[in-house]
Amino acid sequence: MAVIAGSRPGPPPLTGALEGALAGAARVVQRNLLVYRRTWRGSLFGSFLTPLLYLTAMGIGLSQLMASGGTTALGGVEYLDFLGPGILASSCMQTASFESTFPIMGKIAWRRNYEAILATPIEVHHLLIGELSWIGFRLTTMATAFMIVLTLFGIPRSPLALLAIPAAVLTGVAFAAPIMGFAATRHNDAGFAPLFRFIINPLFLFSGTFFPVSQLPDAVEWVAAATPLYHGVVLVRGAVLDNMPSTWPLHLAYLVVFTAITGYIAYRLLRRRLVK
Amino acid sequence: MTAIARPAPAPAPTSGLVASLLRSRRLVQRNLLVYKRGWMVIFSGFFEPLFYLLGIGYGLGTLVGDVPLADGRSISYAAFVAPALLATASMNGAIAESIFNVFFKLNFSRTYDAILATPLGIREIAVGEMLWSLFRGTLYVVAFVLVMIGMGLVISPLLFLVIPASILIGASFSAACLAASAYLRTVQDFDLPMGLVIMPMFLFSGTFFPISVYPEPIQLAMELTPLFHAVELLRGLATGALGWHQLWDLAYLVAFGSIAMWIALNRLEQRLIK
Repeated sequence: MAVIAGSRPGPPPLTGALEGALAGAARVVQRNLLVYRRTWRGSLFGSFLTPLLYLTAMGIGLSQLMASGGTTALGGVEYLDFLGPGILASSCMQTASFESTFPIMGKIAWRRNYEAILATPIEVHHLLIGELSWIGFRLTTMATAFMIVLTLFGIPRSPLALLAIPAAVLTGVAFAAPIMGFAATRHNDAGFAPLFRFIINPLFLFSGTFFPVSQLPDAVEWVAAATPLYHGVVLVRGAVLDNMPSTWPLHLAYLVVFTAITGYIAYRLLRRRLVK
Repeated sequence: MTAIARPAPAPAPTSGLVASLLRSRRLVQRNLLVYKRGWMVIFSGFFEPLFYLLGIGYGLGTLVGDVPLADGRSISYAAFVAPALLATASMNGAIAESIFNVFFKLNFSRTYDAILATPLGIREIAVGEMLWSLFRGTLYVVAFVLVMIGMGLVISPLLFLVIPASILIGASFSAACLAASAYLRTVQDFDLPMGLVIMPMFLFSGTFFPISVYPEPIQLAMELTPLFHAVELLRGLATGALGWHQLWDLAYLVAFGSIAMWIALNRLEQRLIK
């Protein structure tokens, strides 16, 4: 399990700070890729199946019930078109959140991979950037698979829809950063169930994935609008349906700033946990 | 992780159904002890169906409007979806407790190997895990039914039958999950049954909309799933749209649970007794 540092041909020359961080992060990604080589089939299969099932069931089944209600509340689009991009953004949130809890906890406390890794020239910030990049990579493959399914359903309006992929990936990473920080403070997995039940699942249900947040009471609407998923859903839906609101730079800036701040906090927490 | 078996207070009678059941309670006791530190995991479980009810039932309900029932009446979407959410909550509870936790105890923490060194046998372990799962599930069921009543979503005089019916649903899913967990070998093995069985059932078995929207062959396939019968039974009891077919749902669930329990016992024995 533990990598024996001395047996490698030699540590990579780490010159500049940024260059060093990128080289270190690349090593972390490389390690995860090695592990993933054994399990990618199952996760790729899931990446296609989940959107396919959700869109078939909710999109087609529910839109039949809605036929009489009209689509004015949805901004004039069919329910299937409304739902598809919403599920894309929230699936990225769910995957990124899961990947930031149990696997990270395992590497910190159960298998102690990080202890082994930190015995090499790799430092805590390389680790964090590496893990976040790894999740970004996983989300990119997932979002691409999702986009293929959306295309099969005829949902994207123009080639600009491809911009939804980076938007969805950014949405996921915005969750990965704070949750990794949270995982770094935990000594067992008991905190993860409440995290999913009180934060991730409610966001999945109330951040504009299944219905516009304008359907919610005002107070709840404000809470929803303060969360990263809401902004991610706006961007992804705008790109896929080619009706991006003019406020898009604000939504994008929210996600970038949120990720940067929570990423820094996660770094401090990881450091406190791993460096004695 | 492994509990050190305390000396049994008195040599328990070794055979007989009652003695076996009495011994099973030790496993429930053990799980209760373990969760004393993780009570938040149990407490938070109640909120899952509640959030779904608020999000899907009311949030989406405003877009959907009323839904026609089999007996011709129309009910609000929230009242339509609430009993289905109760049924899926029973299923999901069984999955959490009887697949993931049992798998972990079977393969990683090897709790059962330790337990088998005590007077408890396979049957007691299986029954004990199921009783524990039902104990936990019943807490959620009662709380959720009270919420449904409070929101005016149980519109039938038979509302109290909803609780025993949900417990039966929990028991049959729990037995099925025990059987499944005894077959799974690695964490990756979960992907297939979750993706190919559980999720399609969750989405298509009449939970969020009547299966009459499907073409005939798909309707027939959905009618074969246990979740469909669970949803039908609870929806019938909660809305009062009852008919003889609810007896068929009941019989299906009893048979499904019994067969699953039989498989679980045999397979657990193969895995644990060498």
